[in-house]
Amino acid sequence: MENFLWVIPAAPLAAFIITLLFGKSVLKSQAHWPAIIGAGIAAVCAWLTFFQVRGLNAGEALNNHLFTWMNTGAYSFDTQQFKVAINLRADHLTALMLLVVTSVGLLVIIYSVGYMHGDGGYYRFFAFLPLFVFSMLMLVLSDNYLLLFVFWEAVGLCSYFLVGFWFRRESANKAALKAFWVNRVGDVGFGLGTMLVWTTFGTFTFTDVFGQLEKRAGIGGDITKGTITAICLLLFCGAVGKSAQVPLHVWLPDAMEGPTPVSALIHAATMVTAGIYLVARSWPLFDLSPGARDVVAIVGIATAFLGATIGLVQRDIKRVLAYSTVSQLGYMCFALGVGAYIPAIFHLMTHAMFKGLMFLGSGSVIHGMHDEQDLFKMGGLRKQMPITAYTFLIGALAISGVTGLAGFWSKDEIIVGAYHAGYPVIAILGLVTAALTAFYMFRLYFLAFEGTPRYDQEHVHPHESPATMTVPLVMLAIPSIVIGALVGIPPDKGAIHAFLGKAIRSDLFESHGSVASSTTLTFGVLSTLVAVGGIFLAFAMYMRLSPNPYTLGDRLHWLWTFLWHKWYFDEVYHVLFVKGTLAFAMACWAFDRYVVDGAVNGVATVVGRSSGRLRRVQTGFVANYALAIALGAVLIVGVYLIARGDIFTQLFG
Amino acid sequence: MDHFPLLSVMLYLPTVVALLVLFVPRLAPDTIKYAALFATLATFVLSLIVVFSSQQTASLRWEENYNWLPSVGIRYHLGTDGLSTIFLLLTTLSSVIALVASWTSIRVNIRAYYVTFLILETGMLGVFMTFDLFLFYVFWELVLIPMALIIGVWGSANRVYAAIKFFLFTLAGSLLMLVAIVAMYTEYFNRTGTRTLDLNTLIAIPGGWSHTFQLWTFAAFFISFAIKVPMFPVHTWLPDAHVESPTAGSVILAAVLLKLGGYGMIRFNLALFPYASHKFATPILILSVIAIIYGALVAMVQPDMKKLVAYSSVTHMGFVTLGIFSFNPQGFQGAVITMFSHGLVTGGLFLCVGVLYERAHTRQISAFGGIANRMPTYASVFMVFMLAALGLPGLSGFVGEYLSTLGSFRLANKTYAAITMFVVIFAAVYMMWLYKRVIFGEPREEHHGFADLTRIEASTLLPLVLGILYVGIYPVPLMKLLKPVIGALLAPIVGSGTAAAAADAIP
Repeated sequence: MENFLWVIPAAPLAAFIITLLFGKSVLKSQAHWPAIIGAGIAAVCAWLTFFQVRGLNAGEALNNHLFTWMNTGAYSFDTQQFKVAINLRADHLTALMLLVVTSVGLLVIIYSVGYMHGDGGYYRFFAFLPLFVFSMLMLVLSDNYLLLFVFWEAVGLCSYFLVGFWFRRESANKAALKAFWVNRVGDVGFGLGTMLVWTTFGTFTFTDVFGQLEKRAGIGGDITKGTITAICLLLFCGAVGKSAQVPLHVWLPDAMEGPTPVSALIHAATMVTAGIYLVARSWPLFDLSPGARDVVAIVGIATAFLGATIGLVQRDIKRVLAYSTVSQLGYMCFALGVGAYIPAIFHLMTHAMFKGLMFLGSGSVIHGMHDEQDLFKMGGLRKQMPITAYTFLIGALAISGVTGLAGFWSKDEIIVGAYHAGYPVIAILGLVTAALTAFYMFRLYFLAFEGTPRYDQEHVHPHESPATMTVPLVMLAIPSIVIGALVGIPPDKGAIHAFLGKAIRSDLFESHGSVASSTTLTFGVLSTLVAVGGIFLAFAMYMRLSPNPYTLGDRLHWLWTFLWHKWYFDEVYHVLFVKGTLAFAMACWAFDRYVVDGAVNGVATVVGRSSGRLRRVQTGFVANYALAIALGAVLIVGVYLIARGDIFTQLFG
Repeated sequence: MDHFPLLSVMLYLPTVVALLVLFVPRLAPDTIKYAALFATLATFVLSLIVVFSSQQTASLRWEENYNWLPSVGIRYHLGTDGLSTIFLLLTTLSSVIALVASWTSIRVNIRAYYVTFLILETGMLGVFMTFDLFLFYVFWELVLIPMALIIGVWGSANRVYAAIKFFLFTLAGSLLMLVAIVAMYTEYFNRTGTRTLDLNTLIAIPGGWSHTFQLWTFAAFFISFAIKVPMFPVHTWLPDAHVESPTAGSVILAAVLLKLGGYGMIRFNLALFPYASHKFATPILILSVIAIIYGALVAMVQPDMKKLVAYSSVTHMGFVTLGIFSFNPQGFQGAVITMFSHGLVTGGLFLCVGVLYERAHTRQISAFGGIANRMPTYASVFMVFMLAALGLPGLSGFVGEYLSTLGSFRLANKTYAAITMFVVIFAAVYMMWLYKRVIFGEPREEHHGFADLTRIEASTLLPLVLGILYVGIYPVPLMKLLKPVIGALLAPIVGSGTAAAAADAIP
């Protein structure tokens, strides 16, 4: 089918190159235009592609071959040819991801025009942002694992650039390094996973890999379950890193050092969901490995719960949102683990809208408060910043899962899915986490926007942000309200299922039978109750001070400390890995100097000393030399005779 | 051989210019520099002809094969295949860049420097294009002396120690190789009654080399090459040589001299001794993995930028031996592409260190910080090399290292690849940490007068950046060059069971 897939990533790439070359010298304060135009073209083409893909049948996709990237050639002695092409492929899953990435991407770029106004690195920012959009689009358009890995690294690089955007700040540099390094821990697994995919299937291409499964991984096939599980777990290592799952979640909260638009786009809406995308993309593999799925589910629910608990006590507005993102990614992850792939992607989409919205909202607050991020130094901001406050409220209601809003439909499907697939404990923990979510989100809302101001009113004069920032907020608030109902009704059978079902054709979930409407209804009611309960508790504690959160914190001091220290992950990692690696590296270096090089210099010293002594033999007296010659001759003859082994016969025979 | 003697022209052009520079009296320094620049540029253009005229066959191109000393069977045999072509290109390119990098930084003994430099180029080119062992050995040794001189005369404070260390280390290896060459010569004569040192004749010895003989000669060649690579644990000459060498010397050392080892292993060890290659594969693979991880860890804690980059070379070259001794097309291509890429990347990194050294006269990492504020263009260029060195996909380092690791992953024992993969963390740590400490942070007062890249500096760095991008995005031409070589070379070795069994069947 005729298509223009290549235009989608090419437009932001062109924007990156133009801004990089001319941003500083020519464009200057207008440096945002290439990015806006590039992302705009990408968004339009993504929508066109979406409509094209909608007309495709199940299993079909748009393909666009660009060029062969690597090819080690075919040999008579080696049947397995290594060949990787830069191929773009858009099926229903990709089409949806394209919409998410380009729409949030475009809005964030427009928002940044206001947010980054006057920054010294203005052009740099608008070069990296389209570079990220390009990489992320390529990531979802890749038709094979290796190309996906390439852009997996590329988005990580953009994240590194943008987290460390203010490179004069020590904290920003540290956070950027931490993000990249922790991600690379996961990439060790992902990299090996791509290799195992290739050695097992002889190809990286998704369709070829999945196409072989039926014949080769079934009964009597040559690919064992163990291999499939190994592939799944290795790929999942990458997802754990990129999607900030326990135990590699530690980088994401620190990544908030980056400018807030970056947090919204990269660290909430798009890049961090790449891990979810990877697993969903590999559904045929995960379908075959219940063991791997159990791991995914357990990691997911653990992350969801842990993220939510830490979010309860954070003071920094962005850190609350960051832990919330960790927690929500946990939801998506355990959804994948229980086989509810489509609900996971559904939640990915709704989360991108409302979490993107809230991050941009927090940016608006920080902007209006002159770089204040401490929630306890805010309060009552709704009066000065009404648009920010109301759109933020919509986001908070949506993430809390209040009936009717976007988050309700997607989160409910996940929890019902876990219950339905036979994971009742996970479903219950999911509900508990939902209550925590509602609580910490409204704690944030009440602390920031309601009540009485706690900031220095004489010096700080909060103001609403300019239109270039508030318009994107409104644009994200609308889907945060309606998108769930639009595509998610009726639950488990909505438009999103019909659409994504053509790409993710797993019958795993259906194998448990269809979800009883009574179950759906029960969980719908339960979700609403816990959400309202959480909101009410937040209201009681932070608006009415009964129970008083401060005295409560004192009474449960051990718990508060534990959560405040984020379950002590960073402390333990610092001792185990940071100091451990450095100590080991120092030991290696000492070994290199004193043992390896010591041996070399030792040999040199020995040779040097012995030749120094030998030099004294050179006396210049002929008699000495004659003696030496005589002794030498005796020695040589002696050695010769001994070597012959018959010294006695020679001498006395 | 009715074609133009392209290789000979290319080979001797630098020496001829060197001799002219040496014997024409009263030359202005600038005249010397331009003459040398002309020589290196001309060889570069000639090497481009070699590249573009290459065909995808295993046979030699531009071959010149004459009897030289018929009484002892020594031939003058030059030629190129895909493997040689890649290294010829790397050599001529690095020579141009290193020469331009010397333009302002070499201030004493200018005439002697450029003469030495040009003779060095001839030596390096000779190694990559000779197919007669005697001739090979001559060029191999020819490389040694000018390189040691460049370190020892134009280097920094502790230069003499480093030069002698470099010289003795390499010489010890080459003497072993000389013994092996003589042994092969005698053995071949005893077996066939013919005196020859022609590589292809030696490879095709009727009945093959006996197993015991292979083990000894393989070891002799291998030690010589392993020192050049350098492999763990014979790598300690490298940090000293790099630290003391002038920037241009470091560039040549990293870009070309280390490659002599890897090239030699492929051209001689693998081709001549398939049986022994198999026998020694396991310990070599283990040493490679050690080099990869160990080099990265030691690099991490270096206080001197040049030492850090030198240890990172140990890591990268570990991928080379890892790939070669995996005995499959992926590992092999990975090894060669890693070598090519390492030439560009590490050459670039040394230039970057040199740029800072020219301004601050120190290479201590702790002396820097916030350079991005003063030298933004430099920071961007350094970023590309830094990212290529840590193996970022899309840049040249990734292609080679991924393929090497994949090659080792295809072995029955997956431990090599599994351990090797951890270097993706360590490489990111040592490179990015270096970059952070030097480039990022608040601007410092003492760097106030630092100018951004000069035109000369930019002209040395830009071609490398383009090369890194090209190899990273479109490595297919390199792979096509290598394919026929792999076909000819690996077929006898591949498939450990079959090859070893077949080799064992030979008496």
